[in-house]
Amino acid sequence: MIAVMVRYLLDIYISNVLSMKGTYLGEFEEVVLLAVAIRTGDAYGAAVVNEIEQQLGRAVNLGAVHTALHRLEEKGLVKSEMGGATAERGGRSKRLYVVTIAGLRALEEIKQLRNQMWDNIPKIAWS
Amino acid sequence: MSYKPNREKPPRWATLLLQLFCPANMANELEGDLDELFRQRISSIGLRRARLRYLKDVLSLMRPSLLRGKPSEYPNPNPIDMLQNYMKIAFRNLSKNRTYSAINIAGLSVGMTTAILISLWMWDELSYNKYHRNYDRIARVMQHQTYNGTTSTAVATPLPMRAALQNEHASEFTHIASSSWTEDRILAFGDKKISRKGNCVEPEFPIMMSLRVIKGTVTGLENPTSALLAESVARALFGDDDPINKTIKVDNKNYFKVTGVYEDLPYGTEFRDVKFLLPWSFFLQTEAWVKRSETNWGNNSFLLLVQVAPHTSFDLVSNKIEKIKARHAKEEARFNPRAFLHPMSRWHLYSEWENGVAVRGRIQFVWLFGIIGAFVLLLACINFMNLSTARSQKRAKEVGIRKAVGSLRRQLITQFFSESIMVSVLAFMFALLLLQLILPWFNQIADKQITFPWAHAESWLVGLGFTLATGLLAGSYPAIYLSAFRPVKVLKATGSSLRLHAGRYDAIPRQTLVIVQFTVSITLVIGTLVVLRQIQHAKDRPVGFDRAGLLTVAMNTSDLRAHPQALRQDLLQTGAALNMATSSSPTSEVWSSDASFSWSGKDPDQLGDLGTVGITHEYGKTVGWQVKQGRDFSSNYTTDRLAMVINESAARFMGLKEAVGTPVQWNGDQYKIIGIINDVVTGSPFMPIQPTVFMLKEDWASFIHIRLDPNLNAREALSRLEPVFKKYNPGSPFEYKFASDEYDFKFQAEERIGKLSTTFASLAIFISCLGLFGLATFFAEQRQKEIGLRKVLGASIVQLWQMLAKDFVFLVLISCLIATPIAYYLMHDWLQHYTYRTALSWWIFAVALCGALVITLITVSFQALKAALLNPVKSLKNE
Repeated sequence: MIAVMVRYLLDIYISNVLSMKGTYLGEFEEVVLLAVAIRTGDAYGAAVVNEIEQQLGRAVNLGAVHTALHRLEEKGLVKSEMGGATAERGGRSKRLYVVTIAGLRALEEIKQLRNQMWDNIPKIAWS
Repeated sequence: MSYKPNREKPPRWATLLLQLFCPANMANELEGDLDELFRQRISSIGLRRARLRYLKDVLSLMRPSLLRGKPSEYPNPNPIDMLQNYMKIAFRNLSKNRTYSAINIAGLSVGMTTAILISLWMWDELSYNKYHRNYDRIARVMQHQTYNGTTSTAVATPLPMRAALQNEHASEFTHIASSSWTEDRILAFGDKKISRKGNCVEPEFPIMMSLRVIKGTVTGLENPTSALLAESVARALFGDDDPINKTIKVDNKNYFKVTGVYEDLPYGTEFRDVKFLLPWSFFLQTEAWVKRSETNWGNNSFLLLVQVAPHTSFDLVSNKIEKIKARHAKEEARFNPRAFLHPMSRWHLYSEWENGVAVRGRIQFVWLFGIIGAFVLLLACINFMNLSTARSQKRAKEVGIRKAVGSLRRQLITQFFSESIMVSVLAFMFALLLLQLILPWFNQIADKQITFPWAHAESWLVGLGFTLATGLLAGSYPAIYLSAFRPVKVLKATGSSLRLHAGRYDAIPRQTLVIVQFTVSITLVIGTLVVLRQIQHAKDRPVGFDRAGLLTVAMNTSDLRAHPQALRQDLLQTGAALNMATSSSPTSEVWSSDASFSWSGKDPDQLGDLGTVGITHEYGKTVGWQVKQGRDFSSNYTTDRLAMVINESAARFMGLKEAVGTPVQWNGDQYKIIGIINDVVTGSPFMPIQPTVFMLKEDWASFIHIRLDPNLNAREALSRLEPVFKKYNPGSPFEYKFASDEYDFKFQAEERIGKLSTTFASLAIFISCLGLFGLATFFAEQRQKEIGLRKVLGASIVQLWQMLAKDFVFLVLISCLIATPIAYYLMHDWLQHYTYRTALSWWIFAVALCGALVITLITVSFQALKAALLNPVKSLKNE
């Protein structure tokens, strides 16, 4: 119980530190982070690739996805642990990613920023 | 959904590429992703394109951020980690089984100490004389000569040989130097008087021997009044003052100016006793006989040293100079003198000849002890092997589990080797400690000044290499044996069935090792007993004179010869001396001999070679010899001036039935034999006694013998005698020897061997018993339940004891059978080179074998009885 509390507090702290520094989320990183969020509970390398390909309708490299996941984990926006092995993978284990609170906040922030900008577009612009 | 392995495969080489570049923990996960995507894509975009995508994905993964990977949650052990694990397990095993560990480490460190000690000793022996820079070019000239059909070989050469070498073969030599023997002289400066040994040498000697100058020069010996001193002597005489150009007085009559001080020669050199050097020219001037010898090829009395030129070799020069004496001296040619060079590198270890042929010298001891050292170490290694394999059952489960989780046999071998190496490193540390404690004692009995070369990197390298080798040797058998276990068998089997698996032939290697151990030990014990017996045998030999309470004083200055009667009177006056006499040789040596005796009935081909001793009337009574026939010298007969007393050996040698009364011609005079005495042991107590004649020659006197009053203690007697010697020999300190000490000195070499072999034999037995003790403990423990059951069913303690002890006694009996003939052969051979030797009687073997059996029984019984006495309730209740 205490461990969970500590981890929660730590996440908040890390996200604060990151937001203070003004962490920049790249476009592809944002997509990957969103994909991890969509696939919550079953977000691992291949699943994220599938999700992005389905959502965006374009091919992505596994290497690109893993690099992004790696960076996100370094930034503290996702965390991972080894999951069970499944038969599809020839019995190999997978690394499952979860969006951290900091990651969630980062996504919300981007969304809010976008919405804010959307709201500021004058109607005239569309005529 | 089941996974079918034989579906379409992704490009194999791409997978390999990934495995090659990716850390193992990452590769597994990435391969999983790749494989999953590949399967999906086959159905969506077709096999060909799926393969293409697979390849692209692999290539896209080749980026540094991914290849570096993240720290794995699971350890990925590398060899060092595994080694750590091995060490941890090894330590746990050591501390869990304290008895076995103690036995192992103690045995191994005792074995190692012995091996190190012997290696140091061998190294010291082999590097003897290496102090001299021209070590490999220096030689001494020696000669073989044949008398009465036997060839003898000696270092002494005639003086003209030196001139002949110089005149005829000068180009073969860089330096030639004659030298006198090493003799005691009295050195005095002011009122300091000390007695030291030194030589008279030619000026080239210091250069040839590369003496290290400390002060002055070492080239001053051209001048007949200069002297060189060793540093220790200079310090003793002058303290901290500068000795150069100071004048010292030698033997209370000759003055020398000190022109140089050289570093004392180390203990491991031939000339270690030479503490000062006097000029050869002085020797020639003052000693008339030396001057006369310059042209006399018949007087073999000098040491001749040469340094051969760089372009030639000892053998070449030896061939050239072989006939030099025969060419120059026609009258000596009948002895077939053959000169040869004896290289400095062989002086110490190869200096024994028999009939002109080089025979085993001291080198045999280097070999002998080397072999013994190796054997003692082997015994300790055998302990290690035996205990490890015997206890293998306890570790069988560990081996099984290690194998089941994936250890390869190679890794298990590594594990057991690292374990044994660890134990041997521990043992090595203990051994170094032990070595420090033992070295002083060892130096004393081995007459050495050995220290462990702590400061040399090489010695550490050798030490560690040696430890490693021991570890490998000791661990080889367990490593191979234990790693061969089949995991299924050892994991399924319970305690008792495991023993069935182990099989009845399983114990054979172990038994063989025990037999080897005891064979070696028993052989050593028999050998030691024979050596000790031989020494005792020679000690029990009738000495022929009464050596207790007999004092000998060397007449080191001419002052002592000046007033013989007054000196005698004064000595008797003190009350400490019961009798006093002088002679030309010490009581148990004969220092001179002459080959020109002739007597009636002598075979013309026989050489009349007899030892000669000049004595005074009272000599016989003073030393207490026993007259066998005829009578001793007496002052009542003036004819005794030309009389001789001979020893038994001489009577036999001369082939005389009625020796007393026989006339003998010598030196142009007609002597008459008046008495035969019982043989007095002279020279080596292991050799036949030299035929010797005693004559009344007061002027030959070199030694004063004093029979002390047995009612006074030695200290009291000496304090009474000292003033008399101070009065008649003012320039010299009062120095004396007890005849008994001198006599005991003759056994020194043999006693040294006796002590060393006693030590090694005890060590061997100790180590073997340690091993046996360990094995007995183990088996007693193994069979605890069996013993408990037997006891419950009515077995007596004696029966149980028999059961446990039987196996070991049987092994030791086999060892006895093997050791007896080996020891017999070796010791028979060893005894051959003593003329006066003990018989190899059966009881020596009986004692050794019984001893071995008794020790075995004691060792085994301790554990056997402990097991047999244990309450069966205790051993049976826990299951």
